[in-house]
Amino acid sequence: MTTFTINGKDVTVDVEADTPLLWVVRDELRLTGSKFGCGVAQCGACTMMVDGMPRRTCVTPVGTVDGSSIETIEGLEGPEVAAITAAWEGLDVPQCGWCQSGQIVSATALLREIPKPTDDDIDAAMAGNVCRCATYVRIRQAIHDAADSMEG
Amino acid sequence: MKRLILALGLTLTGPALADTVNGLKTVDEFSAIESESERSVAVFQEMMKVIESPRCLNCHPRGDSPLQGDDMHVHMPPVQRGAADFGAPGMYCTTCHGSQNVAFATGAGSIPGHTPWQLAPIEMAWVGKTAPEICDQLKDPARNGDRSLAEIHEHMAEDGLVGWGWEPGKGRTPAPGNQQVLGELVQAWIDTGAMCPES
Repeated sequence: MTTFTINGKDVTVDVEADTPLLWVVRDELRLTGSKFGCGVAQCGACTMMVDGMPRRTCVTPVGTVDGSSIETIEGLEGPEVAAITAAWEGLDVPQCGWCQSGQIVSATALLREIPKPTDDDIDAAMAGNVCRCATYVRIRQAIHDAADSMEG
Repeated sequence: MKRLILALGLTLTGPALADTVNGLKTVDEFSAIESESERSVAVFQEMMKVIESPRCLNCHPRGDSPLQGDDMHVHMPPVQRGAADFGAPGMYCTTCHGSQNVAFATGAGSIPGHTPWQLAPIEMAWVGKTAPEICDQLKDPARNGDRSLAEIHEHMAEDGLVGWGWEPGKGRTPAPGNQQVLGELVQAWIDTGAMCPES
């Protein structure tokens, strides 16, 4: 049994401790906004916040998050994700959309640490989030737009 | 009686403590070298077998990217060293690396993990350096994290992240020997004057 908080709600799951957190969140808790992409921490589609930090959940055994606070794309809150969501909509960033929940979680993590990131900051923070539609230019611009909107 | 003598003989003679462990010679194997300084150099050259292992070099890179795998390719995703040798804001090492090695759920291989998981600082870069250069570096407080030789021994003999090098998870070859043998070699190197090779 593993107990943790997901989007502010306490949950206990009865699964093998080595089950990836992504499996548990999607299949047991039915929160399917976070995606499976590669399964080997190379694409970032499965990114969630674990105790406030972005984490690739396809390589995170659920047993290691006992007692942790998990935030998924469905429950992420705060001024940064609000600004990012608005900027994402403003630029119509997603194409197929598969990677976008992971992109938004990573971008939120960046803005929480660096409110006004440079291109280099963005490239470094987003290096592990792959987009097969290659929406990278819009992603970068949307992060700048989100930062600008928060500044104002 | 003959059997007992034979059994005692086997017990006393082998397996000898001097046996090489997983490709790494033990301190005893250097005892025939009479000159203390020559013995020190020979022991250091043995330590180099571990230091030059991909398990050590990959996290002692000379640039801002860690290396990966037995072939020491540049880390993918293309992560950065960052100000604290722990990645960039939004993409720290812990974004992917947890507290333990994790076998991939969908195929062969694993992602390595340990707490802490981070790069050696740039002044401790080893990749591309010769044995004499690394030896001098190890003894230089400006390039060894301000460590005394005793603290260098502690790092190599007891540090958990160093120890990970012998338990690297599926898909990675462990460093030669084991941490205990390395620790004994480092201590023997220090006890014989911590001499460095000339070439």
